[in-house]
This record gives sequence, structure tokens and C-alpha cells, in this order.
Amino acid sequence: QEVTVDVLDHLEQLALVDFRDAEGVERLQKAIQFADQLHEVNTDGVEPMDSVLEDRCLYLREDDVTEGNCAKELLKNAREKVEEYFVAPPGNIPLPKLEERETFLQGF
Amino acid sequence: NAVRFQVAAALKDGRVAPTELCQSCLSLIKSTKFLNAYITVAEETALKQAEESEIRYRRGQPLGVLDGIPVAVKDNFNTAGIETTCASNMLKGKKKLGECGVSSVTSVCICPVCVRSGSTDGVFGPVRNPWSYSRQYKEKSVQKSRSEDKESNWVITGGSSGGSAAAVSSFTCFAALGSDTGGSTRNPAAHCGVVGLKPTYGLISRHGLIPLVNSMDVPGILTRCVDDAAVVLGSLAGHDPKDSTTIQDNFKPFELPNLTDVSNLSIGIPKEYHAPGLSSEILALWSKAADLFKNAGAKVIEVSLPHTRYSIVCYHVLCTAEVASNMARFDGLEYGHRSDMNTSTESMYAATRREGFNDVVRGRILSGNYFLLKQNYENYFIKAQKVRRLIANDFVKVFQSGVDILLTPTTLSDAVPYMEFIKEDNRTRSAQDDILTQAANMAG
Repeated sequence: QEVTVDVLDHLEQLALVDFRDAEGVERLQKAIQFADQLHEVNTDGVEPMDSVLEDRCLYLREDDVTEGNCAKELLKNAREKVEEYFVAPPGNIPLPKLEERETFLQGF
Repeated sequence: NAVRFQVAAALKDGRVAPTELCQSCLSLIKSTKFLNAYITVAEETALKQAEESEIRYRRGQPLGVLDGIPVAVKDNFNTAGIETTCASNMLKGKKKLGECGVSSVTSVCICPVCVRSGSTDGVFGPVRNPWSYSRQYKEKSVQKSRSEDKESNWVITGGSSGGSAAAVSSFTCFAALGSDTGGSTRNPAAHCGVVGLKPTYGLISRHGLIPLVNSMDVPGILTRCVDDAAVVLGSLAGHDPKDSTTIQDNFKPFELPNLTDVSNLSIGIPKEYHAPGLSSEILALWSKAADLFKNAGAKVIEVSLPHTRYSIVCYHVLCTAEVASNMARFDGLEYGHRSDMNTSTESMYAATRREGFNDVVRGRILSGNYFLLKQNYENYFIKAQKVRRLIANDFVKVFQSGVDILLTPTTLSDAVPYMEFIKEDNRTRSAQDDILTQAANMAG
């Protein structure tokens, strides 16, 4: 069962990562085929497991402020900043549609 | 060369000074540069720490057994003042706050963003197994080699903590930190002939460890002998308020007892670990180890972990799903590589990630997102979580039946030459080798 171009396009938009070439798409196909082996296992009545520590409570600390005030240090890591702001390009602009994007999937 | 007995004693007695030790390691690192084990060597920091350690020793107040001992750290740990790269273009040029390592600290080479492989795909180049340069290997190569170029014959370290393993194995440090999500500490340790410990999930804090699969990641310990592993574990384990997945039980550091009487020990040999592709040499060594215990009086029995063969596919789904989520933070806005693309936030993120991630990582992110799609979530992600429980339960059942410990091989074969390794694609080779280590990560 092949993955449709619509799904591939959708994945590129969700992941903000591109397939790059035919090999990338092939890689996904193989990954799905591989994962299908899971359906051989009978899991009737089996609960999903999130964590091996599911029987314990996570540690919650007291709601006291004990650290912080490291804006200057953190800002050092960013390439584009103005005063204490991280600078991003304009938002609320959706990624271009498949036909208008520079993506390998265009020729699909 | 064991920390516990020889080096620590020498430091305590004053026969060796921390600065001397540090200098020796630093010069050995320089002379073994061809191994490509180190990404960053924080010489000044290391020497400064060594000096501080020396002062403590002179006062008779060392911080502990590990004070002054040079330790290498895998480059997916954030260390104060040292650039963390994860051997990826995504994080090059980044410095981040974090915990400082034990005494001297350097950053070792790994494969990018820690996806399992042979430590060959990082942007800093592949790591070479120190054993490639051993007399034994050279003699073996001469017999088989048709190639003129001896240099290309070198053997891989395995991964993803390949740099850590190579560092310990080549004597350039006394212990190293790695990480283990599917076998990433145990695999290269096996290939480089050192001890690799995957601590139980929840024992050692993951604070500072860049996450791959939050429910399976653990910091790994690589040392030259098991006593050293116990010492390092002793200094790292225990509840950390900064990692709420560390258990709150009281942890007491311990020394390994001298095991002279094994008659009370029940050792299980899981038959499913005689996996397809297991080399005859490793099978023979596994049998030999079992016989050693049997002859010493231990009870050695065959056991079954029936869902072992599904651990790879289960891991494949859970890992890609968590990776897809964990890699979402790399967008160039707050840290790491940022693309010059400026037309919109989304396109900047897309371009940054396009430039920063390699094929392997991109592939995992896309697969992970596929399994997490609404139409697939139940059939793949939830299904894998159910299979995970079955795998974890296999272990519980065996340990509840009276078995104290399981004896298994770690890799299917010994370390292969780089030229052979790069022939298959990453997913296939990871899949093959992980069968012997992954299930333990599933079960914690």
C-alpha cells in the first residue's frame, strides 16, 4: 500500500522537514512496511505502556522560585535577537502549497 | 589502570598529581587524533580543574574517589562552557548552561543527534576503533589483505557512544559518559573491549542529556573494569529534583563484593538471544561464559523471552515517534543553526531543519510523524506501546521465576571494517545489531 502524495505533502508540512529525493520517500515506505510486522502480535487485553515507572508518582517540587534570571546567558545562544527578544520572521504565513513549494514531491 | 584501585590510590598517596594525570591524557589525546574520538578538548578547563583538584588533595580533602580523574563526556550532554553539538550541524556553534561534569571534561564524538549507527555519520567524521591499530588486528589484516592501503582497513567502534568507547579504550581518559537508548553504550563498549553499563531507567538523572526517546534514554557509563563502573555509578546515581523521572528511593553507593561463591546464583540464558546472524565465535564465547559459571557451581538454565523478536520493530515505531517530537525544538530561533531564509517563520524553520538535519534524522522524523498521524496513531503508536508492555513483562516473569541474572551476548558479531560497514543503509544495520540490546531499554 503506497503512501499518497497528499499524505507525503501533509507530513512535510507537519514535520517541517523535506523528503529531499526519491530515496527519502522510499525510506518512509520501507519504514511503514517494517512497522507492519507489529500487527502479527496479539495484544488483546494489553494496556499500552508509556513508561516503565508507571507505578510511581513523579516527583513534584515545591512551587518556590529558586533559579532563573539567566536571560542574558540564554540569549547568547540565539543568532537573531533584539534586546531581550528572540527575533522571528513574520508569522501567520502558512508554508506554500505543494505546487508552490520547492519540494521534490512536486514531480510526484 | 583501574581507577578504583590504582589511579585513585596513586592520587591519594601523592604519587601522581592531578595535573600530571591531566597532562598525560591531553597529550595522549593529541597523539591519537587519528581515532577522531574527540570533538572538543577543553584543555584549559581541564587543567584548571586539575589544579583545583590538586589543592584539595594537598589539603587532604578530595571530593571523593573520582576527584582529579579525567573523564570524557559524550557530546549530547550539555556541559557548562563547552559547545554541545551532538555531532550535527544543527547545534554547531552553540554553548548552553548545564551541569559541569566530574573533574576534567571533554566532549567526545558520536553520530549525529544520537541515532543508532556505527558512530560514522556525524559531521565531524567517523570514529576509529583503537583496536584497528592493535598488533593482533594488524597481523590478521596482513593475512587477509589484498589492499595496498592499510589505512582504509580500520574498524568501526559501533555506536552511538563510539567516541566515548574509543576514548576509554585508548587510555585517553579513565571513564566516559555515553548514553543508551537502544544499546548505544553497550554496543560500542563491546566493540572496543571496555565495560559499558546501561543503568536502570530512573537511576541516573537525564538533566543535561539532550533527549532522544524520553521513556528509554539513560546516561551510560564506560570504563575499563566493572569496579570502576560501580564507582562512577555511585557518584551519578540518585534522585535529582531537576529530572522528575529519577526515582526518589534512597540510593547508596556500593563497592562490588568479591564473588567467590556463586552457588546461590541462578543464571538465565534467553534462547531468543541466539538470534539470526549471531556469529559462531560469539556463540562459542557465550557458551564458554555459561560453562564458567556452571563449573563454579551456579545454576545455569535456559529461559524464554518470547517477544524479543518484536523489540526491533516496536523500538522502531516508539523511537521515531519520540524523536519526531523531540527534534521539533530545533528550529533555529533560540539556539543552534539558523537559516538565512526570512520570508516567514514556518519557512525559516523548514529551511533551518533542511540545512541542519542529515538523511537519517530526517527519515526518522518523517516516519515518526507518519505513525503519529490521527489515522495511524492507534494502529502503530498505541500498538507499539502494547507490545512494549509484553516485552517488559517477559523480563518480569523470568526474574520472578527465580532467575537472578541473564547472560547474553551484546552484538551479533565483532566490529566490522569501515569499508564494509558503509555498504548497507543505516536502518538495516541498526535493526540487525540492536536485537541483543534494545529489549532491555524497553523494560527499563
